[in-house]
Amino acid sequence: MTTSETISALPAAGTKLKVENLNIVFTRDGKTTPVLQDINLVVSGGEFVCVVGPSGCGKSTLLNVMGGFLSPTSGSVKIDGEVVRGPDPRRVFVFQERGVFPWLTVEGNIGFGLFKLPAAERKQRVAHYIKMVGLEGFEESYPAELSGGMKQRLEVARALAVNPDMLYLDEPFGALDSITRHIMRGELLSIWEAERKTIVFVTHDIDEAVQMADRVVVLSARPAVVQEIVNIDIPHPRDISSSRYLELRDGILQQIGLACKI
Amino acid sequence: MVRLRPIVFIAVLLVAWQVAVSRHPAYILPGPWGVVGGMADLVRHGFLFKYVVASLFRVTWGFSLATLLAIPLGLTIGWYRRAQMALNPLVQVFRPISPLAWIPLAILWFGVGDASSIFLIFLGCFFPLLLTSINAVRNIPSVYINAGRNFGLRPAELVYRVLYPAVVPQLLVGLRITLGVAWLVVVAAEMIAVDSGLGFLIVDARNAGNRYDLVVAGMVIIGLIGLLLDTAMRSLEKVRSFRWAYSED
Repeated sequence: MTTSETISALPAAGTKLKVENLNIVFTRDGKTTPVLQDINLVVSGGEFVCVVGPSGCGKSTLLNVMGGFLSPTSGSVKIDGEVVRGPDPRRVFVFQERGVFPWLTVEGNIGFGLFKLPAAERKQRVAHYIKMVGLEGFEESYPAELSGGMKQRLEVARALAVNPDMLYLDEPFGALDSITRHIMRGELLSIWEAERKTIVFVTHDIDEAVQMADRVVVLSARPAVVQEIVNIDIPHPRDISSSRYLELRDGILQQIGLACKI
Repeated sequence: MVRLRPIVFIAVLLVAWQVAVSRHPAYILPGPWGVVGGMADLVRHGFLFKYVVASLFRVTWGFSLATLLAIPLGLTIGWYRRAQMALNPLVQVFRPISPLAWIPLAILWFGVGDASSIFLIFLGCFFPLLLTSINAVRNIPSVYINAGRNFGLRPAELVYRVLYPAVVPQLLVGLRITLGVAWLVVVAAEMIAVDSGLGFLIVDARNAGNRYDLVVAGMVIIGLIGLLLDTAMRSLEKVRSFRWAYSED
């Protein structure tokens, strides 16, 4: 399957995000490094897309451009037909590092983006999302008193509280142990099924991508191009020992150039 | 019992001091009893309170003026990389100059009196605080700033809701160290530039009659007040919304 086939197969009406001929070149100390080369990608509303690729290939850079934190060297990123010119609360970034504010309590963090709401509504929203991510009883706790998984849930709750259309997640579970990571995947999927946000999820974990995404975008090594876009045609909840799952996962591993045996 | 250990240890040292002084009267050093007597003299004549207030007054002014100027300036310089590049050499040249080297100019400009010692304290505090503020801004993880921008904060809100809380813990450490510097500088400044305060007490006690009991009494008082100032600043670091920056992990 080629990139162009995938794109044309999508319904144009539901297009949420469109990356067109995107190039990113970094210039440092007079040296130029091309990072992203001619990236084209269309994401539909409510879709869950994972971006995978070798370490350092520019996955996070791509997400930063989509989030408006970085301007493209050429090409464009459009959301709902509008060119992205900066960060916006309608699309919230969940950061790779722990981005929760350590000087605020759990409540303070979740309410951080809700400063425009009246106090009563803010309180209600905060309570709703504390419940959703299972942090009841920790309302007054500071992040330093929480475990890694709880901090990550807090960050997701802070992002969801402003009711964005889109979530960008940059290796959100990368720092967690494998059991917590497994639980967090399930929780993110159930949140996604309940709220139907458009999600772009960057990960270096191919299993994670195949378990969660509707489609997996495989980037090549730097300068990154879109090597392949794989449709994951397994309904949720996914059986991760099914032959179709293994077939799709092994296909992506081969794309990246890894053998399926260690 | 464990809590009493430091007190017992200090008591032992005081006894040793007293014994050593009484066994070697040829050396000029007052014993602890002499120092207590000196303090009693100072209290009786009303000097102790007056001089402590005079010194604290100068430190308060010098330290506060330096804080009010250096912190906003430092935060601004730290935020704008160009400003930092332009001003950094200047700061680095002024910083190693001891505030005491300014004494002649201070007296020339402000005369003998409160103003010149306040000026010296100000100088002693200004540059360390400026550097602390510059570094505090530069050390803010970009993830906090990006998160703030992502939630649609206007620049003024970003300063108030992200930059300020992110730098406060580092600034508190800087303020605590700088207040210690201010307390060092005030004693030196008072030895030369004024006629009151704890520094003046020490010089005056020697000049006006070799009252070394008063000299040491002055030193002990300076030490105790320094300890109190430091403890007060330290207690700020225990505030819950600041404490995150001081935890071990």
